[in-house]
Amino acid sequence: MIIFDRITKRYGADIVALADVSFKIERGEFLSLVGKSGAGKSTLLKLLIGEEHPTEGKVLFRETDVAALKPHELPSHRRRIGAVFQDFRLLTARTVAENVAFAMEVVGKRGREIREVVPQALKLVGLAGHAQRFPRELSGGEKQRVAIARALVHDPDCIIADEPTGNLDPVTSWEIVRLLARINELAGTAVVLATHDKDIVNALRKRVVVLESGRLLRDDSEGRYAL
Amino acid sequence: MVTLVRIIHTGVVSFGRNIWLSSATTAVLSLSLSVAMGILLFSVVVQGVVTELESKVDISVYFRADASDEKIAEVRDDVERFPEVVETRYTSRDEALNSFRERHADNEVIQQALSELDENPLEASLAIRAVDASAYAAIASFLEGRFSDVVSKVNYRENSTIIGRIFSVTNAIRSGGLILGIALFLVAGLIAFNTIRLAIFSSREEIAVMRLVGASNWFIRGPFVVEGALNGIIAAVVTFALFFGIALLVREPVARFLPGVDLFLYYRAHWAELLGFSAILGVATSIASSAVAIRRYLRT
Repeated sequence: MIIFDRITKRYGADIVALADVSFKIERGEFLSLVGKSGAGKSTLLKLLIGEEHPTEGKVLFRETDVAALKPHELPSHRRRIGAVFQDFRLLTARTVAENVAFAMEVVGKRGREIREVVPQALKLVGLAGHAQRFPRELSGGEKQRVAIARALVHDPDCIIADEPTGNLDPVTSWEIVRLLARINELAGTAVVLATHDKDIVNALRKRVVVLESGRLLRDDSEGRYAL
Repeated sequence: MVTLVRIIHTGVVSFGRNIWLSSATTAVLSLSLSVAMGILLFSVVVQGVVTELESKVDISVYFRADASDEKIAEVRDDVERFPEVVETRYTSRDEALNSFRERHADNEVIQQALSELDENPLEASLAIRAVDASAYAAIASFLEGRFSDVVSKVNYRENSTIIGRIFSVTNAIRSGGLILGIALFLVAGLIAFNTIRLAIFSSREEIAVMRLVGASNWFIRGPFVVEGALNGIIAAVVTFALFFGIALLVREPVARFLPGVDLFLYYRAHWAELLGFSAILGVATSIASSAVAIRRYLRT
């Protein structure tokens, strides 16, 4: 479904974020993208959602060359991907329910469907009683649950999570990752989890792609986080 | 359709939730609209004064005593053919004498002198009013050349300096007022634009998030435009009400200084235009500012 084909990304002349990286992600797969800070994990995800373009190589998402998309085609591309970030990136002026509903409004779902699906999504992430709260009234873990609900509610092909546990304590972190794994199993949504949390990766026992200084170091089908 | 309703709903809800920011923006917009409205009403007053002043300027052609009525009518017709001529007023010899008598009714010497004369010593005259000073010179030369047989005198020559001066003053007021008006107007517009820009700047992170989720540009821009329109409409109503009060308050002092200028009457007679003016200006300024300000956050 997703193909990174000989990707090189340079910033200016000297800084190489990614160097000749190639791998594939299949439908319904759960993949951990690991490496130290600056290894190129976030850059890879930015290339996937079209926020950045590769200097060389191609990113194919369901046979579409992401870098070739015109600005007006980007929104519909992004609607096929749910994104979760370390800093949550919620709409602070909107309630929990409205944040989740926004992803459905964007794809043009009807009001009735939204009113039906949003509570289900909130229940799935364990926030059933929090619909009318604002993000500022939530804990870090709860905010991340809202972000996950928003990322999955419009039934995307793939969820990318860029250091989703970076701001959370170990127990909450593990809950968030378990939630992502559950969504992957229940809905068959592919999940790409970028993280540098060793314990989480080792406990998951899923495919691991290791990046180091922009290069692909290892790609193990049931890997462990070891450099 | 669903999207449009959603955009409007989101805009209205957001306006209400950010009531402090919305109020501040509306207040600044009201201030800008007040400047525009002030300029408009001030120009009405100035226009009144200028027209009043200019209507006092005219020249008179005096006819020889032996000029026939037909000849005088011919002069009048020819003068009225000038496109610059606004109005002509004929005074016959008898009318001139009567009004002279009336004016000097208390002066016995003059009354006696008049009664001792066998013939009316005054000449018939035609008062001519034109749109601007330059026209008078042309009319005077035309009459003195073409009708020298019937015209005894055109009083333009002795009045030309003062006529020129009055018109140069009124023209200066007009163009100076226009420049000042445009300058103030632009400054007011810039202030409004900047305020709205700041309001949108505070939403830049939200805009980034919306883009990330895959919202189209119009889906992001729409609610801001709706909020802008709401700002504009409320500011227009506030400004309109404010100036209603001001017009009522300054009515008497203005009328005392400038007889014939009644601001309140003008305001009441033109209320629909004035409300429309401030509503269109407010909404247009607000929407345009929002659309321009948000553009930079919508680029990839």
